[in-house]
Amino acid sequence: MTFSAQLEARFEKLLNSYPPGRQRSAMVPMLLYAQDEIGQITDELVNEVATRIGCTPLQVNEVLSYYSMLHTKPLGKYHVQVCTNISCLLHDGDKLYEHACRKLGIGHKEVTADGQFSIEEVECMGACSWAPAIQVNYDFHHYVTPEKLDQLLDGLRKKQ
Amino acid sequence: MLFNEPSPLETRVLTRNFGLPNSASIETYLGTEGYQAFLKAAKMKPEEIIAEVKTSNLRGRGGAGFPTGMKWGFVPRTSPKPKYIVVNGDESEPGTCKDRVLIENDPHQLIEGVLIAGLSVDAHSGYIYIRGEYRYLIEVMEKAIAEAYEKGWLGKNIQGTGFDFDLYAHTGAGAYECGEESALLESLEGKRGVPRIRPPFPAVAGAFQCPTILNNVETFCAVPAILRDGGAAFAALGIPKSGGTKMTCLTGHVNKPGVYELRLGFPVKQMIEEVGGGIRNGKKLKAFVPGGSSCPVLTASEVEGATMDYDSMASRKTMLGSGGVIIMDEDTCMVKAAVRIMRFYAHESCGWCIPCREGTTWLKKILMRFHEGQGTRTDINLIGDIAKNMLGRTFCPLGDAAAMPTISIVEKFRQEFEDHLDGKPCPYEHTGSMVTV
Ligand code: FES
Repeated sequence: MTFSAQLEARFEKLLNSYPPGRQRSAMVPMLLYAQDEIGQITDELVNEVATRIGCTPLQVNEVLSYYSMLHTKPLGKYHVQVCTNISCLLHDGDKLYEHACRKLGIGHKEVTADGQFSIEEVECMGACSWAPAIQVNYDFHHYVTPEKLDQLLDGLRKKQ
Repeated sequence: MLFNEPSPLETRVLTRNFGLPNSASIETYLGTEGYQAFLKAAKMKPEEIIAEVKTSNLRGRGGAGFPTGMKWGFVPRTSPKPKYIVVNGDESEPGTCKDRVLIENDPHQLIEGVLIAGLSVDAHSGYIYIRGEYRYLIEVMEKAIAEAYEKGWLGKNIQGTGFDFDLYAHTGAGAYECGEESALLESLEGKRGVPRIRPPFPAVAGAFQCPTILNNVETFCAVPAILRDGGAAFAALGIPKSGGTKMTCLTGHVNKPGVYELRLGFPVKQMIEEVGGGIRNGKKLKAFVPGGSSCPVLTASEVEGATMDYDSMASRKTMLGSGGVIIMDEDTCMVKAAVRIMRFYAHESCGWCIPCREGTTWLKKILMRFHEGQGTRTDINLIGDIAKNMLGRTFCPLGDAAAMPTISIVEKFRQEFEDHLDGKPCPYEHTGSMVTV
């Protein structure tokens, strides 16, 4: 598999970050960084990472199913993650999540027909003091209201 | 960047550089006595460093509150194996968002804390494990690490001290369980984050089965101040047995939620009223969680006279925890709160221990049914019974983390469960229960 020069550089750095014989440590970071570039974890990627770190594809698959941020199915171009955990819930995070679902016409872990948006109801993302919070891909948005969410999503839609 | 206004009631030790221009840059850090504590420590004997940390009464800021100096002292410094320093930046206890702020605004303080830890146990490499959702902090940390190498504060023979240290940032990929130290070490080795059986503890067999100091981000961030100003000065900021300050995340129904650095022993009432600006909409306090959703909740009357420190919270049968304070006003439905907390732990249970895997799932189902008005009178006791049967019966604290808040909510707010009986709708829904203004 070929990756961007930037990602190759990251891989190279990762493979040199752990003690000799411990290259398996690079597995999860490699999968996540690669997913960011190619959109999802494919069988081809699993094989590639397994080869580079010297373990079997089975070992990679076993690990990847454990981590909630690793996806074997494609997400939307904009992955909207709404926190409904306790501190956000106290600021109506649950209603915000429902609003987002209605707005995009999709539910938990679904993707819009045009592939632009996906939604996920997520657990605490570390923005509890600035609730309710969402993340679109890796970008945090704090103190989100339904109106702010509409603006944000409409803006992203136009940007396409 | 700061996401909330600071409070004049803060004691700014770990946050002293916050708000300075480019506070994350090495120039700013060096301009405020940065890395001087490391140079001081490099002239000290390892035992002296550890003694200073012991004097400071610093306790683990991730939640467990174990004395840091003692933890460092358990590492066999003369072992022929390599030793490691591992930073737990997997901040994921609901209600907690302080490590994020510490890394974003002052990553060099963390690096310096790690270097000092390295000196104390003769470790020469370290890993900063950061939860995957904090991707931008990986960039912040990698930039800071690169600056430190460039300016000779990492790498070989640091500033001519003869001390070598290499530091790496490692991303997680979404798993609450990896915040538990032994699960984090498994994750760092490229495995599923399943907790290890202990002993041996990480001090003896941690990262790559080698002796390891593993602490929370905030704990390491306190270390430069301890070496710079002395352990006694740090201890004096707090109260006996709980030294220093605590990064405190006010969340929920207060007027000014935010992350604030408060001295240990800060009165809870003053924290809510003056730091947090009081309960929103002039409402009354119903429930108070001191440090993340795994802590038993306190009622408004239990909060009377309480202070934010390990002992005051222990005497009220709860914990200071991670510093994630959750404040619920009188219109909050405690059954709904219990449902949401349990849904989280059921989702995050790794499935290794049966009492946790089954217990959290059963409790989630019963609590959800209850909130929808389908509960029965016997369910109330059943909830408490299942939760009590999880306590202390799992390898890692996740089972306890799920059980403790649940037991406290059922015991202290039993009436609210009864109000949901016989098909009655949630009595709080009409108030918009969890109101946003
Ligand atoms: S509870 Fe939503 S970010 Fe923590």
